Amino acid sequence: MAVRLQREDFDIGAEIALLSRGRTDIGAVATFTGVCRGDGIVAMTLEHYPGMAEAEIERHVAEAQARWPLLGVTVIHRYGRLVPGDNIVLVATASQHREAAFAAAEFLMDYLKLRAPFWKKEERAGGDGWVEARQSDAAAAARWSGRRPEAAE
Amino acid sequence: MKLLYFAWVRERIGKPEEEIDPPAAVHTVGDLVTWLSGRGEEYAYAFENGHVIRAAIDRNHVKQDAPIAGAREIAFFPPMTGG
Repeated sequence: MAVRLQREDFDIGAEIALLSRGRTDIGAVATFTGVCRGDGIVAMTLEHYPGMAEAEIERHVAEAQARWPLLGVTVIHRYGRLVPGDNIVLVATASQHREAAFAAAEFLMDYLKLRAPFWKKEERAGGDGWVEARQSDAAAAARWSGRRPEAAE
Repeated sequence: MKLLYFAWVRERIGKPEEEIDPPAAVHTVGDLVTWLSGRGEEYAYAFENGHVIRAAIDRNHVKQDAPIAGAREIAFFPPMTGG
């Protein structure tokens, strides 16, 4: 399991290779990459809570490993100033079969959006502003637990 | 104990962190929010919609009724928007 927070960009191909290098038991690698959308913004700055962000992602990786038979997990989240087209986040999951790899990657992204302490501030021509959390993100995470969305409590 | 503020909570209060020594009557995170709100208009502004603000004690998410006894680090921040 690898969880990294960094300012620098990441190389998706290199991360997949790292996950599966020297192994013949892996039959599926799923990746999700979050990318900074243009959407009228000049740039965005990602703030995070050092220490807690890593800990929170690691807690959810441990939960994913308990739920699915994973053979490897990599999560990389960038912070600092990003411009449209830049990578933001990578989740890569490896398993024997695709079902676990797909499901675990989706689970990790849903929880990462809802629970990992990161905040986006957008720079627009008309001024800067903090991105507001979306109710749909709480609903997406809630489907894994059958409980009500946290944000609606 | 050490308080940390992030995103617009940090901007409204005007500092990223501080050391505080709250009175003994402050038992929970919610009590702490009420006490902080009385410290000045920048705090009152940051916590004006206290129910939307999230808290963490020693890097774990907690609810407003969580006790603060023994906490080393308490953080306040808006709902998260990473990913």
